[in-house]
Amino acid sequence: MRHRKSGRKLGVTASHRKAMLSALCTALIRHKKIKTTLAKAKETRMVVEKIITRAKNAVATEGAKKNVHARREVARTIRDRTVVTELFGEIAPKVASRPGGYTRVVKLGQRFGDGAEVAILELVDYNTGQAVKSAVKQTKAKKAPPVRRASAKKATEAKPDAK
Amino acid sequence: MPNPKRRNSKSRGRKRRTHYKAAAPSIAECPNCHEQKLLHRACPNCGYYHGRSIIIPKES
Repeated sequence: MRHRKSGRKLGVTASHRKAMLSALCTALIRHKKIKTTLAKAKETRMVVEKIITRAKNAVATEGAKKNVHARREVARTIRDRTVVTELFGEIAPKVASRPGGYTRVVKLGQRFGDGAEVAILELVDYNTGQAVKSAVKQTKAKKAPPVRRASAKKATEAKPDAK
Repeated sequence: MPNPKRRNSKSRGRKRRTHYKAAAPSIAECPNCHEQKLLHRACPNCGYYHGRSIIIPKES
């Protein structure tokens, strides 16, 4: 019985699920807006909200430089140092006044190939008005400098976009 | 193991299945572009939902 067990299995093994959610969280924090299936979006939301809260509380109580432990805890899920830096440096101060609920899921309807319900998962504070045209998005993605392990990062970057 | 005593007649089975019906999807007019769209979903025509532009739809 799955009474009181929260979370979806998403049809994959535990390690696969962990890696996939980690990649989706990283992608969301990097791009502020990702398109994925509804189930994955809702599942990612559960993970990423906790991460953002961890970063927000650390920045609020420990200041900008002293939050090494919080950074390491977050880095367990966000396997990209530049993204962790951005989370603590930019996103955490920006969401400081928000008591949770940093993300929004918008349903888009069904995908042609397999009929899966597709949704957009986005950070509320970064997506307030008009959608950004895809051309602008592409230049942004190119600008993000691959500092270390360029190939590994590309893999995580490409995956959520395709989904 | 207990088993049914009698086979269901065609009539009995069909009467039961008269309640198996497909429901029409809930559709409403998009407030932005006035096309028909599914409820609680971003409009596939203009990409708007809740007064905000969510996506830029692909031009086909």
